[in-house]
Amino acid sequence: MNLNNMNLLTLSMLLPLLGTLALAFVPKTNVLLTKQIALVTTVLVAVVGIAMMISFDFNAVGFQFVESREWIPSFGIKYALGVDGIALVLILMSVVLTPIVVIASWNESEGGRWSPKVFYSLLLVLETMMIGVFASTDVFLFYVFFEAMLVPVYFLIGGFGSGDRAAAAVKFLLYSLFGGLLMLASIVGIFVMSTRYGNRTFDITTLSGLNTVLTPMMENFLFLGFFIAFAIKAPLWPLHTWLPDAAKSATPGTSVLLLGVLDKVGTFGMIRYCLTLFPNASKTFTPMIITLAVISILYGAFLAIGAKDIKRLIAYTSISHFGFITMGIFAMTSQGMSGATLYMFNHGFSTAALFLVAGFMISRRKSSTISDFGGLQRITPIMAWSFFIAGMSSLALPGLSSFVSEFLVLVGTFTRYPVAAVIATFGIILAALYILIPVQRALHGPTTPGNENLTDLTLREKIAITPVIALIVILGFYPSPLLNIINPAAATVISQQGFSDPAPTMSEGK
Amino acid sequence: MITFVSPTLDYSLLAPILIVLGGALIGVLIEAFAPRGARASSQLFITLATLALSLAALIRSRNGASTTAAMESVTFDGAGVLLQGSILIIAIISVFLLADQENFTALAAALPGSDEERTSLQQDLKVTEVYPLTLFAVAGMLLFPVATDLVTLFVALEMLSLPLYLLAGLSRRRRLMSQESALKYFLLGAFSSAFFLMGIAYLYGYSASVSFSGIHAAVIGGTGNDIYLLLGIAFLSVGLLFKVGAVPFHAWSPDVYQGAPTAVTAFMAAATKVAAFGAMLRIFYVSFAEVYWQWRPALIAIALITMVFGSLVAIAQRDVKRMLAYSSIAHAGFLLSGVIALNKSGLDASIFYLFAYGVATVGAFAIVTLVRDSAGEVTDLNRWSGLGKRSPWVATAFAGFLLAFAGIPLTSGFIGKFSIFSAAYESGSTAILITGVLSSAIAAFFYIRVIVLMFFKDPVEDGTSVVIPSVYTQITIAISAVVTFALGIYPTPLINLIQSTAQFLR
Repeated sequence: MNLNNMNLLTLSMLLPLLGTLALAFVPKTNVLLTKQIALVTTVLVAVVGIAMMISFDFNAVGFQFVESREWIPSFGIKYALGVDGIALVLILMSVVLTPIVVIASWNESEGGRWSPKVFYSLLLVLETMMIGVFASTDVFLFYVFFEAMLVPVYFLIGGFGSGDRAAAAVKFLLYSLFGGLLMLASIVGIFVMSTRYGNRTFDITTLSGLNTVLTPMMENFLFLGFFIAFAIKAPLWPLHTWLPDAAKSATPGTSVLLLGVLDKVGTFGMIRYCLTLFPNASKTFTPMIITLAVISILYGAFLAIGAKDIKRLIAYTSISHFGFITMGIFAMTSQGMSGATLYMFNHGFSTAALFLVAGFMISRRKSSTISDFGGLQRITPIMAWSFFIAGMSSLALPGLSSFVSEFLVLVGTFTRYPVAAVIATFGIILAALYILIPVQRALHGPTTPGNENLTDLTLREKIAITPVIALIVILGFYPSPLLNIINPAAATVISQQGFSDPAPTMSEGK
Repeated sequence: MITFVSPTLDYSLLAPILIVLGGALIGVLIEAFAPRGARASSQLFITLATLALSLAALIRSRNGASTTAAMESVTFDGAGVLLQGSILIIAIISVFLLADQENFTALAAALPGSDEERTSLQQDLKVTEVYPLTLFAVAGMLLFPVATDLVTLFVALEMLSLPLYLLAGLSRRRRLMSQESALKYFLLGAFSSAFFLMGIAYLYGYSASVSFSGIHAAVIGGTGNDIYLLLGIAFLSVGLLFKVGAVPFHAWSPDVYQGAPTAVTAFMAAATKVAAFGAMLRIFYVSFAEVYWQWRPALIAIALITMVFGSLVAIAQRDVKRMLAYSSIAHAGFLLSGVIALNKSGLDASIFYLFAYGVATVGAFAIVTLVRDSAGEVTDLNRWSGLGKRSPWVATAFAGFLLAFAGIPLTSGFIGKFSIFSAAYESGSTAILITGVLSSAIAAFFYIRVIVLMFFKDPVEDGTSVVIPSVYTQITIAISAVVTFALGIYPTPLINLIQSTAQFLR
């Protein structure tokens, strides 16, 4: 069966919108039906996503599931979709995480400023945009999704979070808008340059030839517009300060999508836009970016060690992980690139696991301070084990999925930037600290007052967490299905840069 | 000896303007002869019918070739028709707001606080003269962007300004403030008109002509004294920049926006901008294009200052109407980039931006009219907090308009911003692009702050409430919202229309 010409991408973007439309007709009081519609819709989308993975041609070069329609022809803007291996993996991650978030947020959605109906409508709209942002092959269309997706996230944080959620939402939005507007300047630059040197287009494949006619100065500026926007999104030191606040204030479900998916748009954008459109500028800025990435790895890790709040802790670990991903991308080796892409996928799931279990813990204890917990291993063994596995995945224990990707990133970086790779390796040691300290405090030791009556995971919570943990374990032992999808695309990106892997190449342990 | 040539007027081309003038005169007659009770409804009907007829006449004449009329003192070309169409559409949707007479004083001639005022309020009098005044202003606005000689341009300027001065003073509440704002608007407006006239005199001295084409010929011929040309452009620009509210000629706009009845503010903010920028685009594109190096640096400087100043000062505002006024100053800066671009895409982008911005502005002010307490409209932003809780739809619509002003994708504002900045950059002005983008980021801050207030703060219990919108106001808000989002999601038909027709006849 050839699914390639069934417009699966548009279908997967349309389904959540239809779900939103259906929600509009559900009475506000019928909360259960609201949740059911949201769940069914997101599961359907996940099925479409898996169907895409199954019919994806591993060996083909270029975009698949391609669709293209005129949108604003006079500006050369098209509604153009398509995925390569990298985009497909990230779309898969998004569509699998969303139903899990729906299940996990079953009760959280009721404590907000507005009804659960609003929560799930925003979530579904966000899912459409998440797929769109990874699937766009038109730079303008990408920008539209990139910016428009801020709005639902903003309301999800501000309307349903905890603590000083409004301030966190505003901080998130202003940081993102600032980056987005810098990117707009670059988009305008691309538009004018493509008009000047050929035909007006935003098609990513055509534009990848644009760098040959740009002056180095111009290319550098256009690159920076994109890169700063992405470095805010996938927070690199020193542009990261919005993330801990947003992650702390959002509901755990929103945080999963925020750190798991939205921030990946930043690292994905670095590959798809920075490297592809501006290869020369990418090379120029690589030393600076690798430096920032290494700083992020260590800085995020140190902050995580010192974190008292469990959600902030996860946010800081993510800053460290995004440092790894960025380093892998700009190492410009195929192992680094494959590793970084796999890292994005794995980080999505290990962060999801951490946030979800943390959410379960917080909802029981009514506190997110690590020192309030203690002895959970005895009282709530399943919850404690889930947290433990998620934590081990975060510190990249061999046998769990993130080990493979972290190893690939370090190997890929070492062949070109040995010093950076060696320094980054300290990040792994720090990771052991920032995970094992809270594990020890919260899970082990004597049961501290206030924790005696905590209940273990309910069936719903188990259903939410099981697929995430299963994926972490399975992909740890058997990552090749994903690597098969990623590797050709990663190799294509690297060869487009005019780079070849330095000898000797390492085997990827398939 | 001077022979008098009897002027030939091309009535069919002038029809849109003449219809509006005719409607205004009928309105005056109704004021004079119709019984009080019948005035409000008949005026509304006449005004809407006039505007609709005028729009129909405009659409009918749209396919004709570009041509001049009335002895070459007006020109009907693609750009002119599009601008006139925008003005008429904006006028139609803002007339619905005028229909909500809650906004206006009962008797304009009564002194504030006097017995006469109390009596007029008790008798429930209505100032139905707002309708013919609006129509006169619309006629002036329709003439302004198609005028192709300086004298006609000046007549149009006065024709659109004088009714607006009057309208600004008609607020029902805080009448002293309203009258003060009207006086301020009038005095400063008269002052800027004097500059404008002075500019005309210099340009006549330079080129011995008042027609745009005559000046253009003199500019190309290079025969005149360049000092006069420069002084002429400078003084003329002062008059025009005053009308669009560019820094440093913006001082009137926050006060007038705040003091005028909100329905008038809506109409004035949206339609005056279209008319004034239309005229500005025409005169700079047609007459002064060849000496761009003379005026462009100054205009770029003004655009940059206007963007940054408007965005920065708006942050400090605590009153929603003043905030929108400073935001409109910032937008005037963005729009100036279209004039500076001086290319076809600049013209297209400006027309799109003017229409999109105008419609969103009317919508935003329409919502301001809805938020009231027992003493009238509440414009203090602090008292808007929690609006999203009490009236989610009104707050959502307002948030939508603010997002459009901020230029978030999927709203008309984004397409406008993208196209106008790319036109400016295409013409080589990197400074405009960078500053425009950065001041958009600043501007986003205060738009978002209002959204935070409405949605994430708890309501204050001080009697502020949203009145149930009248059908008229509902129509205005609905049309504005639909247009704003439709142009964000699928702007292609309008962009294609503009691209294929927008052209200045030289």
